[in-house]
Amino acid sequence: MSAPPYVRLYKPKVRMLWWLSRRSYTLFVLRELSSVFVAWTVVYLLLLVRAVGRGPAEYQRFLDWSASPWLVALNVISLAFVLLHAITFVNLTPQAVVVKVRGRWIPGRLLAGSIYVTWLLVSAFLIWLVVG
Amino acid sequence: MAQESKRPFEPFVWLMFSGGGVAAALVLPVLLFLFGVALPLGWISAPDHGHLLAVLRNPLTRLGLLGVCALALVHGAHRFRYTLHDGLQLQRYDGLIATACYGGALVGAAAAAYLLLFAL
Amino acid sequence: MPDQITMRVARYRPEQEDTPTFDEYDVPLRKDWAVLDGLNYIKDELDGTLSYRWSCRMGICGSCGATVNGEPKLTCATFLTDYAPGPVRIEPLANFPIIRDLVVELTDFMHKLGKVRPWIIRDEEQTVEEGEYLQTPAELEEYKQFSMCINCMLCYSACPVYGLDPEFLGPAAIALAQRYNLDSRDEGADERLTVLSQPEGVWGCTYVGECSRACPKGVDPAGAIQRYKLTAATAAVKSLLMPWGRR
Repeated sequence: MSAPPYVRLYKPKVRMLWWLSRRSYTLFVLRELSSVFVAWTVVYLLLLVRAVGRGPAEYQRFLDWSASPWLVALNVISLAFVLLHAITFVNLTPQAVVVKVRGRWIPGRLLAGSIYVTWLLVSAFLIWLVVG
Repeated sequence: MAQESKRPFEPFVWLMFSGGGVAAALVLPVLLFLFGVALPLGWISAPDHGHLLAVLRNPLTRLGLLGVCALALVHGAHRFRYTLHDGLQLQRYDGLIATACYGGALVGAAAAAYLLLFAL
Repeated sequence: MPDQITMRVARYRPEQEDTPTFDEYDVPLRKDWAVLDGLNYIKDELDGTLSYRWSCRMGICGSCGATVNGEPKLTCATFLTDYAPGPVRIEPLANFPIIRDLVVELTDFMHKLGKVRPWIIRDEEQTVEEGEYLQTPAELEEYKQFSMCINCMLCYSACPVYGLDPEFLGPAAIALAQRYNLDSRDEGADERLTVLSQPEGVWGCTYVGECSRACPKGVDPAGAIQRYKLTAATAAVKSLLMPWGRR
């Protein structure tokens, strides 16, 4: 297909900070950045596992280290991002996964709600497992 | 007719990304809250070392935690790779970026496997 | 309510300038006027050289897409009073090359639309004597939402992935492919899988979701794309575990 003879097409370039131009774009990039903090959380938990495996003294050293102010600050920020990940992931699931039961679609809010309930149950179980 | 896809592993990575997203969403918030915030700030008393060790040594815990860690790392790697594409417009270096991201996830998963299966 | 509003309209006259500029026009602010009415007023009364696309003026032809105050909109479906006291900024649809003023080059989308084969594909066509392909209302519901697309390109304009990578198939093309994949009369899902499973097919999408926000017809292309990712991934797993049995 030959292109029509335009004088000169103007091709706009995407700016580097395109994601600051709209609130929904910024939220999207923050949501994507949560990936870094998800990875950090895994690393942190593995450090805990390693400390526990090495005995009570190492475990105590880990607990002391975990109380360092900068680390607590980092973990508070990480928690915020991990929660951002969890909430956006669950809320987007009904758009991506369409479930049919006996010929009728399950409403999106029911699907998201049941995942949130599962989340609460898993969290409660883990708390009991760790603290109880 | 076979799929002539330039990168045939993309669907499998996406499945792991999705699974990792669910695993991370369900498990990581409460664990990070407990061990990253509540415990260090003294809101709860530290669980006894022996108790934690017993919990971790349980084969279900080992496998479950390994699964969550591995999948969450793949999830993070996959997302970070695309964040570099969209956020910093580095798509032309995708070969390098993909290798670094998924390679990192693989190293992390291997470390998790070693720690959870052999070092407890 | 003031009786006038300023419209800052992007102009690009390739025969006399290298980059787009802005011209300002004061237009009557009538409570039932859409941005399109403002543009028509400019062309009729103030500046006949302004170029822009429009047709049905009722949100069904998909011709009048533009960027209004930074958001992709149909100019016939966007009211001037929503931007009072103004000024309101009108620019061409983002992510497309500009031909002149508010008119953009859409050939790329036309190519991509063709690639996904948006028509009923059958292994064997029924003869005319055999009658129509019958379909129940339930079967219609499966794909009806995706058939509402008017090809207005607002979704491409909103999609940052398309802006960064023009190879990306894009929301409307994938939603239209889904419209046929989910149609009970269609047997072409395998053919479309080849196109859609390329890296610049569905896998390029990072689920920003802006396409569905911009869509004036409620098509939800983001949902279509994510659903198709699951379909394509399931197909990939199946072909790995059971490599026989493919046509």
